[in-house]
Amino acid sequence: MKVLLATALSALISLGTARAAEITPAIVYDMGGKFDKSFNEGVHKGGQDFARSSGIAVREFEPQNDTQREQALRNFARRGQNPIIAVGFNQASAVKTVAAEFPQIRFVIIDSVVEGPNVESVLFREEQGSYLAGLIAALKSSTGKVGFIGGMDVPLIRRFACGYVQGAKAGNPKIEVLQNMTGSTPTAWNDPVRGAELARSQIERGADVIFHAAGATGNGVLQAAADAGKFGIGVDSNQNHLHPGSVLTSMVKQLDVATRTTLEAARDGSWKAGKQVLGLAEDGVGLAFDENNASVVTPEMRRRIDQAKVDIIAGRVAVHDYMSNNSCPN
Amino acid sequence: MTEALDILLPVLGATLRLATPLLLAALAGLFSERAGIVDVGLEGKMLVGAFAAAATAAVTGDVLPGVLAAVAASCLLGMVHAYGCITLRGSQVVSGMAINIIASGLTATLALAWFGMGGQTPALPAAARFLPLDLPGADALADVPVLGRIYASLIGGQTMLVYLALLLVPVSAFVLARTRFGLRLRAAGEHPAAVDTAGVSVARLRYAGVLIASVLCGIAGAYVATAQGAGFQRDMIAGRGYIALAAMILGGWRPGRILLTCLLFGLLDAVAIRLQGAVLPGIGAFPVQAIQALPYLLTVVLLAGFMGRAIPPRASGQPYVKER
Repeated sequence: MKVLLATALSALISLGTARAAEITPAIVYDMGGKFDKSFNEGVHKGGQDFARSSGIAVREFEPQNDTQREQALRNFARRGQNPIIAVGFNQASAVKTVAAEFPQIRFVIIDSVVEGPNVESVLFREEQGSYLAGLIAALKSSTGKVGFIGGMDVPLIRRFACGYVQGAKAGNPKIEVLQNMTGSTPTAWNDPVRGAELARSQIERGADVIFHAAGATGNGVLQAAADAGKFGIGVDSNQNHLHPGSVLTSMVKQLDVATRTTLEAARDGSWKAGKQVLGLAEDGVGLAFDENNASVVTPEMRRRIDQAKVDIIAGRVAVHDYMSNNSCPN
Repeated sequence: MTEALDILLPVLGATLRLATPLLLAALAGLFSERAGIVDVGLEGKMLVGAFAAAATAAVTGDVLPGVLAAVAASCLLGMVHAYGCITLRGSQVVSGMAINIIASGLTATLALAWFGMGGQTPALPAAARFLPLDLPGADALADVPVLGRIYASLIGGQTMLVYLALLLVPVSAFVLARTRFGLRLRAAGEHPAAVDTAGVSVARLRYAGVLIASVLCGIAGAYVATAQGAGFQRDMIAGRGYIALAAMILGGWRPGRILLTCLLFGLLDAVAIRLQGAVLPGIGAFPVQAIQALPYLLTVVLLAGFMGRAIPPRASGQPYVKER
């Protein structure tokens, strides 16, 4: 009898905790795939962190082509997965459609804005982080030329480029910034060979620090920079470890933190629809410093970066956002 | 003069690097189509080659086993194509597309299963890659004004596979035009019944053509993964197989002209990279997309009959059926 009671009691307790944690999260990644060592991987890490600490399984889907996004979102919604995280601006239209079809399910879109009573839009102030990347690139460069290589030519990536140029100019007013975009289709996120070729062309023209915002294409950029004895700057996730000593730093978007936070909010019932903008002030973006790049970053650079960060947060330095008017002052 | 060289040499060097995978794959298509088997599966065979090369090189830490594995994997896939097209007399285009789709899915799946990095292979160390070769005497010639630099950074400073690809052009031309095997191979693509009448097996010749094509595609894939790149990534061939197909058609199924077309495509790509963002007087920002579309555009124009004529081997695409 006692045993029975105890069993019943424990069953009740576990039922109780199960109810408090009654979310069934799912993530639909962007084309780069969840192990792109960059953007998607940040979200993946956040999902895994959440799964480990909460014991709740996080379902995932990696689309192989554009048409699968909407199907994947709808499939997850139909199975009652809730919340559903859509990674990347490419999914905006799919989220808009599917979120309207399933008003009782919570959607999260990263890197784009979708209006809706059940959609949370997580945005990062890439221009602020890129500004710091440009600043450190200009301080490191001995040739007076730095490079930028973007993935697909879209306003979001232009925002990276624009912030980077402003930061570089702040570090060295006479700096020359070489810019390339990999392409104009989603394959531009997945072409490391082209990334390497673009990086080589910039190095041949004198660039000695190259910042990429190109997903998996950027692996080729960092490789080419390391091969030539120059510096690359990683993006989205901390990529300093890919080529220790040759990756100057990484412009990190705290995708893992953002993902975990929103999942925890959904679990705890504090999740809210609407726009959430993460900038330097919220620690949503920043530069990565660890043992892999300790030898190539001087204390003076760190000081300048910290100062710029304080100035931006305090509003003494305004970084222009390309997407506010689709143009860059420089 | 030196300034002109500063601009010209990197562009020409990039042209060679970018043209090499196209050249290898286009020669592959040449051998296959000359034997009468249309090969739209170049892309897929290059992709498995790239994956096999990167995976083997990552495990063994050596680049040569990688190339062998690439050739083996590409041949395996090529033989599937050959069996479907020659023995079973299936549609060659459908089979080729199937090859591409299989390759895209299979490589990503195997990479995920073996390396757990989401369809990538680990980044390769220097020993597991083809590195640029320094030609002997480059240092001694460095002081010679113009030639020294050309010798060091254009003729030299390329990876081994670049030289191999260039060497294969005259070899292919010789084999196809001057050897008994080459003549029979071409006959199998032009008039298979005549080959049959002469008592030579059409099927065997066509298998040989596809096999040679597979070997070349494997090398092309290995080049992309271990010379241009440093590891495999999902769908990393990124349409180069199709561009090679276009180069083969524009090159009129002839090795020499294929070389020129591939170099032209490589040059266009190299120039496009460098002109990106440049502002031209009167036009505004340089239209890079237009240059990237040019290979396809040229092919369509050629096929539409606006410039010259594209005459494929007469029996290519048709399964050979012995008459009774």
